[in-house]
This record gives sequence, structure tokens and C-alpha cells, in this order.
Amino acid sequence: MDRELIVDVAGVSRWFGDVQALTNLTIEVPKGSITVLLGPNGAGKTTAIRMITGALAPDEGTARVFGLDPATADGEDVRRRCGVVSAKPSLYDRLSGWDNLRYAAELYGLGRRDAANDRIREAAQVFGIDAALDHQVGGYSTGMKTRLALARSILHDPELLLLDEPTSGLDPESAVAVLELIRDMTGDGRTVLMCTHLLLEAEGLADEVVVMQHGTSLLSGQPGELSKRYWPTPVVHISATNGADLDLLGQEAGVEALERANDSARLEVDTLDRVPELLASLTNRGVRVTSVVPFNPTLEDLYFAVRREQGSSGDEIPPPGGSTGRPSRELTTSGAPGRN
Amino acid sequence: MAKTRTPKARHAHDSGRKRDARETAPMNWGRTLTVARTDLKQLIQAKDFWVPMTLLGSFFFVIIPAILLFTITKIGDVEVVARVSETLEVLPESAQSQLRGESPEGQTGYALAVFLFAPVAVIVPLTISTAVGAATIVGERERGTGEFLAHSPAGAREIYMGKLIASLIPGYVTTAVGFGLYSIIVNVTVGPEVGGWFFPTAQWWIMILWVLPPFLAICLSLVLRLSARVKSTAAAQQASGLVSLPLIMIAYSQATGVLFGAGWVPLVLGGVAWMIAIFSLSRGVRSVTRSRLLGVASGI
Repeated sequence: MDRELIVDVAGVSRWFGDVQALTNLTIEVPKGSITVLLGPNGAGKTTAIRMITGALAPDEGTARVFGLDPATADGEDVRRRCGVVSAKPSLYDRLSGWDNLRYAAELYGLGRRDAANDRIREAAQVFGIDAALDHQVGGYSTGMKTRLALARSILHDPELLLLDEPTSGLDPESAVAVLELIRDMTGDGRTVLMCTHLLLEAEGLADEVVVMQHGTSLLSGQPGELSKRYWPTPVVHISATNGADLDLLGQEAGVEALERANDSARLEVDTLDRVPELLASLTNRGVRVTSVVPFNPTLEDLYFAVRREQGSSGDEIPPPGGSTGRPSRELTTSGAPGRN
Repeated sequence: MAKTRTPKARHAHDSGRKRDARETAPMNWGRTLTVARTDLKQLIQAKDFWVPMTLLGSFFFVIIPAILLFTITKIGDVEVVARVSETLEVLPESAQSQLRGESPEGQTGYALAVFLFAPVAVIVPLTISTAVGAATIVGERERGTGEFLAHSPAGAREIYMGKLIASLIPGYVTTAVGFGLYSIIVNVTVGPEVGGWFFPTAQWWIMILWVLPPFLAICLSLVLRLSARVKSTAAAQQASGLVSLPLIMIAYSQATGVLFGAGWVPLVLGGVAWMIAIFSLSRGVRSVTRSRLLGVASGI
């Protein structure tokens, strides 16, 4: 299937001194999608964004954005069409919110006319920061700064938004609001590339994910398709008062795999339609079933499955099987040095 | 994750770094002025910076000259005037021939105003502009705002020139205002002793308009280079102090030479300084790269 790619990073490597921050990195961002770069701190996510805007040039490989090479003279054109929110808001604390937005408006070519002022007010309203525009940014809360940085990023109506951990430092309510706004922004055809190490944040937002570690992409694609790759058959968790009774399921038709631990069993079945039959069979044999939970793999499950497959070391990797209800984890394994 | 680079990779890295530094798009002066204007706006907000700098300018341009010239011309302390008059004998003949006034007070006041306070016009702007320039690029990096500039369409040359203008203006404006106040003080205190208002003299105009700007530009081109390369504002200020001090001394001696010398001397001195300034600025442009704004360039 031919997809129009806004970002096409192919085989990019980048060194800082003798430290390799990116290794043969490949990222494809389709037009109009939200693509999430997922990885622990130090995975190279921030460096990848810097390559995309041409703020840094790759040592090896190519980066094409809107079909242009941002590391060449085309970089100015690329940067004008991108809106960036970096991990730290990158705001001028001594200036007012208005002056920060005006600075961006002028640098991005909106000029100093009334139209630019209208656009500044409009962008500030979108993120609910318009009432504080006259105040010095140094007095803003973290949430207000993030909102102002987001408003600044859309001032010039960019085609591509690059968001580096946009909810970093926000309280849960603000984070949810910001994620909703990000979702809204793709409604009018914008493309979003977002970095995060918060799996919960990416869940439900990502049209595409790129799992990164040690400066390279381990896996990329649509979450649903990737889940199918790792869990090709449906999985169900069944618990009973006497776990040993669940071993009977191994003999039932349609059960492709059974793993039992204590009072519960993890079943791989040919189709979820098979589950009522299995439960009826157990009931007929006098087994008291206490819970039946179909496994819907989350990004977290997917992420750790990928990590496990890669034989990652570092922090403890949860066991397979997708225990539903497990709180989303913050990815903490560090690869290359630096913030990323 | 540390890996040893292959020769191929090392070569690629080096060429990548060069690509970071090379931007061939034509200068957009609108963006340059935007960078300068925003920097100046921040400076105006920083009372902790401009209050001491205003005091510095007032001290050298107003307070010291006013006290000294008033003491010599109005109080007429004979001993003081006699001692200062003795020092006039060490002035070159060309300078002595320019002295105006019949009385010792008048001649002494004239010599102080025209010749001996000349270095003030050099020290103040260089000090102020150096202080501003030292923090300008490394400050962006320290505050994290370098990331915003690095991702913006602004070219590295536009950012450099914007920073240069923003560093130059505070020093030069302080000098212009101080020069105006100094002129009034000199004319009010010494003027009546030498037959009327006489200041600024032609040499002072040449020094302020022709000789001082290139020295400021040379100093700032060096300071901005340092600011782009060092790790912190404190390091930038220390290093720029070391760079600007000899430059201030050179400028001091050149300023004195301008005022003492023949008519063509200041023009030639200024011309040479302009050539050095243009060369130094054109080299200095290369010091601002996006990787330096981000703080990831090697050596930072």
C-alpha cells in the first residue's frame, strides 16, 4: 500500500564524539497520522527530532521531510513547515507570553501586522492561555508554559508537529487535556510525531508507533497490526477455584496453547467464539470458574514483548501475557547518554 | 551506549559537523532584527543588568568629569590646578598647540576634557557590550531556548548578526547618551574659561563615529565566538574579560592617538580597525551553529 510519507528517515546514524546516539535509525511518518516514538530515556528520540528539523545533520543515512533534505539549504523551508515543542518548553522567562508568541510569529514569517496578532490570540485561545499572555513567562506554572509552547508551535499553521514529551511535568488533568488537543490537531490534516516514554500516554493516541532503544528502531507500524504479529491468536485468561481443573482445557478443540500458573490459566484459542464452549465444558465437569478475561494487548504489552524479544537488559521486564489492569509503566531503561 | 567509530563514520561525522555550520541561504534582515529586538527587550527587563551598567556610564561620563572639571574651573584650587598643569607638559606638541584658554584653569580644563578623558569613551561601551555579548549565545543554551532557535527557520548567520546588534546597541547607546551629557558638562564648566562652547571637537566626532564602532565590532566578534563555544555564562564572562582587556588597552591607546595625532591619523586608524572588524566578523559568523545552540557540538 502506497502511503504519502511526510517524514522518511532511512538508516540514519549520528555520533556525538565517540558516543553513537543514533544507529541506522529508520522512521516513516505517514501524512495525517499521529506517530509515537516510544522508548526509554536515552533511546535517541530527541536526537531523531533534531535530525528531522535539520537542527542536526546525520553522519550517515538520509532524512527526508516533505521530500526535502533538512540538513541542506532546504532546511529553512522544512523548519518553516514544522512546529516543534521540545521537552523543556524553551520559552523566554523574562518576556511576556505575548512577546514569546510574537517572537515566534516574526521568525516564522507572520510579520508584525494585525493578522499576526489575530493569529497569536487564536493560538493562545486554543490552549487556554490567552488570559495570561500579558504576564511574564517566568511566573507561569509548568502547565501554562507547556500550553504556551504548544500555542507557539501551531502559530504558523505547520503541516508537521514534532512534540517531544509534551506532557512532561504536567498534572494528570492537564496532560489529558493536552493529549486531547493533540488529537484534535490531526483532525484538519496535520501530521504529528510525538516522543514519549509514557506508555499510557501513547495508548489510544498513536496511529503508528516506532519502538526505539539505543538509538535504533526496534519495531514500527500500526499498534493493531503489531499486536497481531506478537499475538496472532486470541488469548484468554481463565481462573478457577481449583487451578488444576483448568488443565482439562488442554484437551479441548480450538485450544492452541495452555499455560497454567496457580489458579489461573492463559489460553491461546483459534477464535474468541470458542470461549463459551470452553466455559460450558468446564461447568459440565463441575469446575467453578471465577473469572474469564480476554487479553487485549496494550502498547505496554507490545513494548515489553519487543524488549523481551530483543533480549534487553536493564530494569525488570514484566512477564508475557498482558495482565489486564496493570498500571502503565514509565520506561526507565537508559541507553545512550543524554536526555532523549 | 559508547561505540568506537570507524574511520568512515569519523569522516562522516566531521562532514556532518561542517554541514551544520554551512548555511547558504541569503540573509533575512527582518529575522536578524527580530532576534536583536527580542534580545534587547529581555535586556530591558533585566534591571539587575542595566542598573549597574547605567551607573558605570554615569560614573565615567558624568560624575568624575563633573567633579574634576568643576573643581578646576570653579573652585580654582591653585595647588590642584598647578599640579594638573604640570602634567600638561607631557602632552605632545601637537596637542599642546591645540590648547585653548588664557588662564591655567581654562587650559587645564580644556586638556582634561579633550585629551585625558578620551579613553572613557572606549572603556564604557566595550565593557557594557562585552557583558551583554558574553551571555548571549551560551545563555540561550543554558535557558534551553537555543532549542527553539535551532528548530526555527532563522539562519545561523541571522542569529549571529542579531546577537551582535543586540550586544552592540547597549554599549553604543550608553556611549552616545553619555557623550551628550559629557559634552554639556564640558561646555558648561570649561566653556566660559576658553571663550565659549567648544565640545565636541572634530577629533572626538571622528573617534565616536569612525574609530569606536570597529573596535566594538572586533571585541564583540571575539566575545560572541567565545559565547558560542563555552559551557556556561560564567565561563563566557571570564574568558571574554581576558579577551576584551587587551582590546580595551589597544583601543585606549588608539583613542589617545586619535586625539593627539594629526588630522589623517584617526582616519587611517579607523580604516584599519574597520578592515580588521569586517574580517573578524566574517570569521565569527561561523561560530554560531545549530549544534552549538543545542549544546551538543563537540567541545561544549
